[in-house]
Amino acid sequence: MKPPPFTYHDPRTVAETVDLLAQLENAKLLAGGQSLMPMLNFRYAQPDHVIDLNRVDGLSYIRAESGGLRIGAMTRHRDIEFSDVVRKACPLMADAIRFVGHRQTRNRGTIGGSLAHLDPAAELPLVCATLDATIHVAGRNGERAIPMAKFPQGYMTPAIESDELVVAVSIPAAPARTGFVEFARRHGDFAIVAAAVALDIANGAIKSARIALGGVGPAPVRCTEAEKMLAGQKPTADALRAAAETCRSIEAMEDVHAPASYRQHLATVMTRRALEAALG
Amino acid sequence: MADTRKITVTVNKAPYTRTVETRLTLADFLRHEIGLTGTHLGCEHGVCGACTVLLEGRTARSCLMLAVQADGGNIVTVEGIAPNDTELHPLQQAFQDNHGLQCGFCTPGMLTTLIEFLGDNPDPTEIEVREAISGNLCRCTGYQGIVDAALDAAKRMRK
Repeated sequence: MKPPPFTYHDPRTVAETVDLLAQLENAKLLAGGQSLMPMLNFRYAQPDHVIDLNRVDGLSYIRAESGGLRIGAMTRHRDIEFSDVVRKACPLMADAIRFVGHRQTRNRGTIGGSLAHLDPAAELPLVCATLDATIHVAGRNGERAIPMAKFPQGYMTPAIESDELVVAVSIPAAPARTGFVEFARRHGDFAIVAAAVALDIANGAIKSARIALGGVGPAPVRCTEAEKMLAGQKPTADALRAAAETCRSIEAMEDVHAPASYRQHLATVMTRRALEAALG
Repeated sequence: MADTRKITVTVNKAPYTRTVETRLTLADFLRHEIGLTGTHLGCEHGVCGACTVLLEGRTARSCLMLAVQADGGNIVTVEGIAPNDTELHPLQQAFQDNHGLQCGFCTPGMLTTLIEFLGDNPDPTEIEVREAISGNLCRCTGYQGIVDAALDAAKRMRK
């Protein structure tokens, strides 16, 4: 048997889940299982308790909310992929979701799981960082909201207490001109670098730009220098190239897939392409 | 003491009730508990797609699910695709006719993945087929025959 021994729990409500988290030592939450199950099969993760969220009521929904979206944590990637509500209210997420794994992965994987796992190259956390999303978590003292900018505390470490779980994500109304591109070795793999862009355009000029990169740092990073440089500018090829070039100075990770300098190079290329896609 | 649960799972229209360890994967449940070895295990960490089954009509990697999670659920494996014991499903027939199998190890995952895909998209382009099977590895690298089979099957199934 591949996974290590654990005790399995399948609560039906968020309150029951929170109680279990508070009572149990060394417990892991199981959402779509596309990251935790491989970790169990490899025995990288050896929890004493697995708390399965798949039978918890009321965590799977997509709602239009004040021009933006509210998405329940257990909403599967597939439901986001095929949602007209998402396509309309958040085209950036609709574009990004097609880069998440494969069909089988998207059928099971969830947005809450992706946020809680917080892989540095994951697409949905990158979209959340770009659009200043808010992550809603539930704990013993009720719900609290964490701005995405404060959600990652480090490499694969979200700002969630051990007795809390992600219950929803809200994404504010976003500008319609968006672009999402990524570079991966194989289709469906995690990106080496991914770039997401949302532009507010008025009278042929960029009023404001939101640009973020995945796979470069330990968590999604906002390219504030490029954002500032583009604000108020006409979107000429030179302006885009100059703004993208600033991403070369972002501190980058180095690992078996790519050295830091290569990630920094990709950061400039992906940023420029995402800007072009947003304007295209 | 091992943590166990009594579960009932419908597989290829037949109900199976077993008491299993909660850490048992759905793939091992199918293969070891009920003896349906058509579902293959390659990587066991969600990369190769060989263990793909249909859960409530949607593909899932059975190595990335626990058997307890399928309690009360409805599963179709490669053994449940053909209409009866003597006839093949049009997709299976197309695989045979287009040399879609070499060693056959990836075939169960390819078939289950394509059944869902062709249900969603009955008239796909070649690029769409290649994207649909991007999560299924064929280490014979026999993709061309598989893609040909999928396109041929789509044509047959539209008739």
